[in-house]
Order: sequence, then C-alpha cells, then structure tokens
Amino acid sequence: MATGRDEGLDVKIGLEVHVQLTALKTKLFCGCSANYRGMPPNTLTCPICLGHPGTLPVLNRKAVEHAMMVALALNSSISRQMIFFRKNYFYVDLPKNFQISQYDKAGGVPLSTGGWVEFAVNGEKKKVRIRRIQLEEDPARLTYPGTITTSSYTLVDFNRAGVALLEIVTEPDMETPEEAYFFLQKLRSIVEHLGVSSENMQGSMRCDANISIKGGARVEIKNISSFRDVRRALQYEIIRQKQLLRRGGAAKQETRHWDEDRQITVSLRVKETESDYRYFPEPDLVPVKISEEWISEVASKMPELPDDRRERFTSDYGIPEYDATVLTSNKKIADFFEECCKLYPNPKKVANWIMSDLLRNINETGIDVAEMSITAEQFIDLLKMIDEELISGKIAKRVLREAIRTGRSPRKVVEDEGLLKISDEKMIAKIVDEVFHEFEGAVADAKRDRKAVNFLVGQVMRKTRGRADPEITNKVILSKLEEK
Amino acid sequence: MITKEVVEHVAWLARIKLSEEEKEKFARQLSKILEYFNMISNVDTSNVEPTFHVVELHNVFRDDEEKESLPQEVVLKSARESEDGFVKAPRIL
Ligand SMILES: [Zn+2]
Repeated sequence: MATGRDEGLDVKIGLEVHVQLTALKTKLFCGCSANYRGMPPNTLTCPICLGHPGTLPVLNRKAVEHAMMVALALNSSISRQMIFFRKNYFYVDLPKNFQISQYDKAGGVPLSTGGWVEFAVNGEKKKVRIRRIQLEEDPARLTYPGTITTSSYTLVDFNRAGVALLEIVTEPDMETPEEAYFFLQKLRSIVEHLGVSSENMQGSMRCDANISIKGGARVEIKNISSFRDVRRALQYEIIRQKQLLRRGGAAKQETRHWDEDRQITVSLRVKETESDYRYFPEPDLVPVKISEEWISEVASKMPELPDDRRERFTSDYGIPEYDATVLTSNKKIADFFEECCKLYPNPKKVANWIMSDLLRNINETGIDVAEMSITAEQFIDLLKMIDEELISGKIAKRVLREAIRTGRSPRKVVEDEGLLKISDEKMIAKIVDEVFHEFEGAVADAKRDRKAVNFLVGQVMRKTRGRADPEITNKVILSKLEEK
Repeated sequence: MITKEVVEHVAWLARIKLSEEEKEKFARQLSKILEYFNMISNVDTSNVEPTFHVVELHNVFRDDEEKESLPQEVVLKSARESEDGFVKAPRIL
C-alpha cells in the first residue's frame, strides 16, 4: 500500500476545478461588487448580470490578467485570440438561460490549452497534465430551506451570478484519491501565492471529478465542495465500481452527485448531453487578442510561486526539501513559518513543530488552516517557554492542542490550567514524600529494583499532571531512598 | 433529415410544448434549413480565417471598478415570488 494504488485496477481520475477569482473587486462582465459573501441576497445585481434584454456585457480586464497569471503558473499556453461562447441550458441558477463560458470545440478558443502541475504525494513526485483553462461566469447561489433533500422549493441569490470563475480541466492522469487531493492542494497553494484567489472564502474552489476503472465507462461526480470530500467521494466511487466488477457488472457512463450528508454518490438523471448545450460564439462580446507584450507584462508581475518558495526555504532556512514541500503546500502555513523564523533563530525546530504538532492538531480537530487563530508570536512564545524550561516539551504539545482547539493563546492555556513546570526542589520533595507514604511497598522494592524507582517517578508525574521536572524528581527520589 | 424525435428533443431543451402538427411542420422546415446549411458547408473555406464576430473590434474592456447595483426591492419586483430577499423558485434536482 506504499503507493496507495490499486494494482491492476487501472484507475484514471481527472478533475474539473472551478476557481473563483476572489481578488477582483467586480464581476466578470459588469461593475457589481464580486464581494458577495455575507451580503443580503440579491443586493449586488444589475440589468447585465440579471440578463435583462438590451444589456451588453463588458469584460473586466483584470479578470483576463488574473486568468493569464494562473495559465502561466500552470505552464499552460495562452491563446493569442480567445473568444467567449454561450452554453445554453435552463436552470434556476442561470438568469439568462445561458452561461457565458468558453469552448474548445466548434472553433472555440479557450484562454489557454496544455500545461502541467507537479506536486508531491507522500514524498513521490507526480505530474498531472492540464487540458485547458477557461474563463466563465459563476451561476447564482441556491439554498434550500431545511435540507437539500427535504426542501420543497429553491431560494435563489443572484449576488454570485456573474462572478469571474476559472475552469481548470486536467487530463485523467491521477491514479488514486490521494493524488487528486494533493493535486488540489498544490493548485490552491499556487492560486493563493498568485494572490488571485483566497482560501478562507467558502466555496472559492469547487470541484467535479471523473473516474474510470479498468478502461470502463467514465463516471462523473459533481457537487464536491471540499478537498477532503473529493478524496472521500473518489474512495467511495472506487469501492462502488469494484463491487460492480466483482459481481460481473460494469460501471455505466453517468453523472453522479456527491451527497455530503450521507457521504455517498448517487446517480443523477442528466438528460442533457454536451451537444444539447448548443454552444455558439457569444455575439455580445468581441474577441480578446492577447499579444506577446501583454503576456510578458503579466509574467513580469508574477509573485513567487510555491516551487520557487520551496527552493528558497531549503537554501535560506536550511531545512530539508521534504519540510519545505509540506510548508509551502499552503500559503498561510508558509507565511506563518517565515514570520516565526523572524522571531526565532532555529528554523528546523520551527518547521518540526509546525509539521508534527500544529498541522496534525489542525487536521485532527477538523479546523481549516484558514481558520487557524494562533499567531506566529504566540507560537514562538510556546517554543520559548520550553527553552526557558517553564514547561516541558510534552506539556507544550498538550498546550498547543488545547490552544488550537479553543482559540486561546498557549500562554493563556498554561496560566489557566496551571501547567508551569515544577522545578522547585522543595515542592517536588513534598510530593515525593506523599508518594512514598502512599506506596510503601514500592519504596521497599526501589532499593533493589530500578523499575520500582521509575514507578515512583511516574507517580510524581501523575500527581503533578506531568509538570514536575523529571531530572529533579529522579534526583530527589534517589537521595530520599538513600536516607531510608 | 430532422425527425419528429429530434424536434421533440429540441422542444424539450427549449421547454416549449408543441402540438403534433407543429412537430411535423417544424421537422420539415428545420430539414430545409439544414439542407441550406449543407450547401454553405460545400464552399471551400480552407484559406479563410474564421469569423467570430461581425464587427471588426477586439479587446473591449472595462476597469475593475465598482458600480452601484440595483436595490433589492427593485430586483425582487421582477420575480414572481420571493422570500426573505431571495427569489423563490421550484425545486429541481
Ligand atoms: Zn451586475
């Protein structure tokens, strides 16, 4: 199971990722604010994004530039002339009954084609090819009073309608759900480093997946809203299709819906096929010519990307490549690491604590990195408390877990729970006396048996909840045994 | 040739209801239109740049600057039903 691959199953996974260009102030084709989160419904719309007759969309130049940055970062070749297409279908989230999108067939030219993303999966390098990247508008946001399965009607908020969206389509190059997960993590880190999309915004990155097993039919899974669920949905789908094969059947080509509540995929009756979308060139928008100069201008403004940052981390901070890869897989963590290094002289120690304790606790508590409240100052304060021997390393781990879980600062956790290390010899001696009194048998044994000494040390630790300095405790116990 | 079944499918995509006579009529008419397109397809265009737009314009942009949006009550006026500021729509899944 080292590779996580199902040998002989020939699993092929492709992803279709939608990335909202959240750094833009306005929508793709109108001046309505794109900052719809937390706004009352239907307060950020205009005749253009509501698709009223007689209105004309006008393209947001910055949206094209942000899209170009993503294309460049993914090694995708930018089209010299791109055009927009109408994708026609009726759905309540679509005010115009068509979505302005792009198309790579019927003469359509998307923003860019080709490219690749390289990332690490459990220390192994993996490369996934990009098929195309296109610019399109986000549909409206739908909510269902009660739950999605029981609600009898739909509520529509058009604030999101028309927000700039990138669709990134990969080739079916992934072989395990883990690879899909790490691909998405790398992609997110790239768009965050570019500053075009922010992670701490719910729904800013959404994903559809397609999967085939043993050369069988391609099954599409829609409606996956988190990376964790991409992994789960794919794992579920592999098991489902394996069972079908075992029973002598085969997966049929279909679209399935990821049911987040039940954590399963369910068949979705989709009557439309691609030709039913009746794609045709958007007559209300003129072609966009992208010159070599424009591309170089955008390229010259590109910020540092995760791969460059990883290299810099190994050279500037002297940390191993593996550490640098983990730290740069998330922009917030990479920023956090650098801030910590400004406050603390030992980058390797900072890296270790971030990777083994901070990230592990964040994963375990199910908190998103974006929601992490601990600051670099607080984190370094914790490391300094260990250095100053105010707390033990073991206690520090506990403190950090508690700090992450409750949002309190580590120092506050130490104070609130009285976790300062006890190094006062007199105080320890008092506790040792108590222990000696309680475990007379062990004291008698301890004169001959080293194991019984350890038992007594353990009892002191138990009484002090791990706060007693182990060395002093040991010393005090041994000298008291001598006196006996 | 456009069959009656194709007309029915296209009508469903457009969410319109057609009578039996209309289906027959549209099948005939659409077939004729397609025949005409086939004629155009026969023209050799191998040396012609595709036309994406009838006007010779490109790169019409706007800056990323915010404009005022419509007030909610105005927007909701064009909805048949609304609830708590949302447009109310039938449930489709
Ligand atoms: Zn608008």
